[in-house]
Amino acid sequence: MVSRLNQILLVGVADVAHAAGDSPWQPGLSEYLLVGAILFVCGVICMATKRNAIGVLMGVELVLNGANVNFVAFSKYSAWGLDSQLFSLFVIVLAAAEAAVALAIALNFYNNHLSIDIDRANKLKG
Amino acid sequence: MSLLFALFALASCLGAVAVVVSQSVVRMAFWLIVSLGSVAGLFFLCDADFVGAAQLLIYVGGTLVLLVFGVMLTASGPYLKIETSPAQTIVAGLVGLLFLFMVVATVSEVDWSGTKDRILSAGGHYKSASQLADARFDDASEGNTLRPLGLALLGVRTDLPGAPGYLLPFEIASVHLLVVLVGAAYLARAKRRRDTV
Repeated sequence: MVSRLNQILLVGVADVAHAAGDSPWQPGLSEYLLVGAILFVCGVICMATKRNAIGVLMGVELVLNGANVNFVAFSKYSAWGLDSQLFSLFVIVLAAAEAAVALAIALNFYNNHLSIDIDRANKLKG
Repeated sequence: MSLLFALFALASCLGAVAVVVSQSVVRMAFWLIVSLGSVAGLFFLCDADFVGAAQLLIYVGGTLVLLVFGVMLTASGPYLKIETSPAQTIVAGLVGLLFLFMVVATVSEVDWSGTKDRILSAGGHYKSASQLADARFDDASEGNTLRPLGLALLGVRTDLPGAPGYLLPFEIASVHLLVVLVGAAYLARAKRRRDTV
């Protein structure tokens, strides 16, 4: 497992090595999946650590974009054709709808509490 | 091609990391613009031109403007920066690195080309690799994916006859957008501010 991990993480080194040769390096499926994984993890950290409600919303957007990168990469490099692109279109639409509703909730919360620190949203705590 | 991929991939990943690291909400919004725009570039590199354009239009043009409006409507005075303590930051970084290692290790364990061959041999929608090659959507005179995507949303698959169309999800998405519009307008309506708490 560690050797394959090294193989993925050393893509940049392979790029430099192949640039000297005759066959140019082309990005494959694993590179796109790596970008998607980084976006996903950044979004999860953003959701977990930000105390600003709008920061949490931005984390959700990053997570959905990581999933979209994976969908589109599967559309090109695997046996799913246009279906992956349709899925990613639906993800984009639903993300826009989610952002609108969550922003309305954040504005409502700000009207009631005069701040958007989500640590102060503790009225439901028993 | 590989140079463009490296550029867009680096910009999207560094933008995402900068969103996590930066403390001010406005700077987070800026780095999110960089990250999402680079992701749109990755979509263009994957021959998904309509998805990339939709990403630019809806995310960068719509959702981020919405988020910036939210920042302007809520950030006032002392609450513009809400700091987290350094210990929390260190713990979050460690947990994030472990999580990234777990995700990358899991993804790298899967034999993706073998999975593709198994799907093709199991006879899904594509009966063979040659049919998959025939169904490529690269007629540049009509845009690469615009016409097949639009027809698939109407239930007609021109790229792959017999595959399922997407008319019902399309209609559900339109009704969902209407419900979201009404609900967001109802939630964010102007009312008297309650000054307690």
